[in-house]
Amino acid sequence: MNENITNHSLADVEAPEILSRRRFLEKLSIALGGVCAAVVGLPLIGFVIAPLFRKAPEQWTTLGKVGDFQIGKTVSVTVLDTSPLPWAGITAKNAVWLRRVDATTFIAFSANCTHLGCPVRWMEGAQLFLCPCHGGVYYHDGAVAAGPPPRPLYRYDVRLENGEVKINSVIVPISTTL
Amino acid sequence: MRRLFTGVWHFLDDRIGISVLLKPMTHIAPHDAKWWYVFGTATLVSFIVQVATGVALAFSFIPSSSQAYETLQFITNDAPFGRFLRGLHYFGASAMVLMIGAHMAQTFLFGSYKFPREMTWSTGVLLLAFTIGMGFTGQLLRWDQTAAWSVVVAAEQAGRVPFIGPWLAHFILGGTTIGGATLSRFFAIHVFVIPGIMFAFIGLHLWLVLRHGISEPPTAGKMVDPETYREEYEQLLKKSGRPFWPDLAWRDAVVVTALILVIAGLAYFIGPPALDNPPDPSVLDADPRPDWYLLWYFALFALFPSQLEGYLMILGPIVIGLILLIPVFNNKGERAASRRPWAIAVVLLSVIMIGSLWIAGQQSPWSPNFQAQPLSEKVIGATSGPVFEGAQLFHDKACLNCHLIQGYGGRRGPDLTYVGDKLTRDNMIIRIVNGGNNMPAFGSSLKPQEIDDLVAFLQSRKRPIRPQDQSSVTRN
Repeated sequence: MNENITNHSLADVEAPEILSRRRFLEKLSIALGGVCAAVVGLPLIGFVIAPLFRKAPEQWTTLGKVGDFQIGKTVSVTVLDTSPLPWAGITAKNAVWLRRVDATTFIAFSANCTHLGCPVRWMEGAQLFLCPCHGGVYYHDGAVAAGPPPRPLYRYDVRLENGEVKINSVIVPISTTL
Repeated sequence: MRRLFTGVWHFLDDRIGISVLLKPMTHIAPHDAKWWYVFGTATLVSFIVQVATGVALAFSFIPSSSQAYETLQFITNDAPFGRFLRGLHYFGASAMVLMIGAHMAQTFLFGSYKFPREMTWSTGVLLLAFTIGMGFTGQLLRWDQTAAWSVVVAAEQAGRVPFIGPWLAHFILGGTTIGGATLSRFFAIHVFVIPGIMFAFIGLHLWLVLRHGISEPPTAGKMVDPETYREEYEQLLKKSGRPFWPDLAWRDAVVVTALILVIAGLAYFIGPPALDNPPDPSVLDADPRPDWYLLWYFALFALFPSQLEGYLMILGPIVIGLILLIPVFNNKGERAASRRPWAIAVVLLSVIMIGSLWIAGQQSPWSPNFQAQPLSEKVIGATSGPVFEGAQLFHDKACLNCHLIQGYGGRRGPDLTYVGDKLTRDNMIIRIVNGGNNMPAFGSSLKPQEIDDLVAFLQSRKRPIRPQDQSSVTRN
């Protein structure tokens, strides 16, 4: 009995209509596999790359009252991400270096070295920013003084409003993509 | 009782096919594939250690930017065996990097990548790349201050890749800056994506080892000829081959046991890397450094010409690609390292290059020394006056962060212990005021009196006069 079935099947293999049917079924199965992959895969890819298209809202964020900052001094000021995810915790915090040049002029620098993004430190006595990673050095105005940084420290837009110092966009961007 | 166990074994073996599954373990291999051939197994076992300890750690680790640090503290300080497990995971990673490096070097020197094992080599090279990827993403899951800044550095590096840089940087961060989306992405990549790919490639790699056999140790003068190699290999196995299990595998067992004991010993006695400060990006007193296996890459960024750094970002993938393609250009001929001096040179140069960069990265002489303390009166040689005031300025103006005085200070700039013997007063003033040669100009931040004091201090930095010199000076 089994032998008959086997023989019958083998005979069918040779038949052109069976071959044609088999080709069709092959293509159908592969196409259905593609549909399944697309149904599951496209939303998956969209989910994973969605943050790439998430725009942080630009807004003017207050760093403090004008009177809080001394002329000629540079201090670090903590700022918060404008739209942190609820579980961001302390990673929603960031810092900028704020320099008060005179009564009405402020400069806000990104704290990231333009070489590879390490946090630069302000050396008050030397009036220099030093980078701990690869030895980048910047003058008090953010210009490159020594080391590998390719460009000056990034500056945020600053404005004074109602006696407060504000910067545009509180997120610290990746400087190499600016 | 024995009959019961035998019965159960026969039942399971018949229904599951355990013997059939294990059959490849007894495949015939060259009898002289001995101690040089243990590194592949050692790499595989290191990977298994990583999977096992990683799964255990995941029971308590919460991949949330706000909670991961606390869970790591819990694992390290409170959870039973938590510190030991973290140590196993860290030293297991180190062992895997070392073993895969040794495995690659041995395979390359033995010419085992040649016909017909080209794809065995290529899959192994990709596994090396995935291992490095695991090392980097693993360091970031140690979600402390160093990890958070390392993510920023990684994104900055990626941002410089031509054309797709910004896209890559945002993909790494999960947005335009570090935040809630960052850590969970690295967790998914470290725990699911790369290990999943690695399982597939390890399976393929092992299948290829079985398909083409373990390569015999090379003999000088015996060429690989694709026309005849397979037949010669079959003859060799028929003549002197041994079953891998247990004739050859016992050496793997010995080495792997030693490896596990070393990993466990290091995990117990040294423990995991200490957690740094919490991952607060608003705290700028940070000094991010990669783990040891990427320290050489960190050093490369300090020593590479800055105008070429954009290319450095894609150097890694290019090097991996070139190693991947070695068999395409060289898959036949001599296998013995003694007849392939360039192969020995490549391995030696690679080890020397990575080793030198690693030492440089460890010392980081290009980084300012932020811990530099004011010089003592003994070093200064004065308690008041211009020399003393100059020494205070030397510290306050951050000169000491970059220059050494009698072993104190930084190494970024030249050692100024005896600068008084080398530069005149005028030269010193020009250098201080104008800067130059990778030194900032201090002209706008120093008053004339401060420059005088600073120069007085520097001029006093001279070699001590020896008694015999002193007597000759007196005679003259």
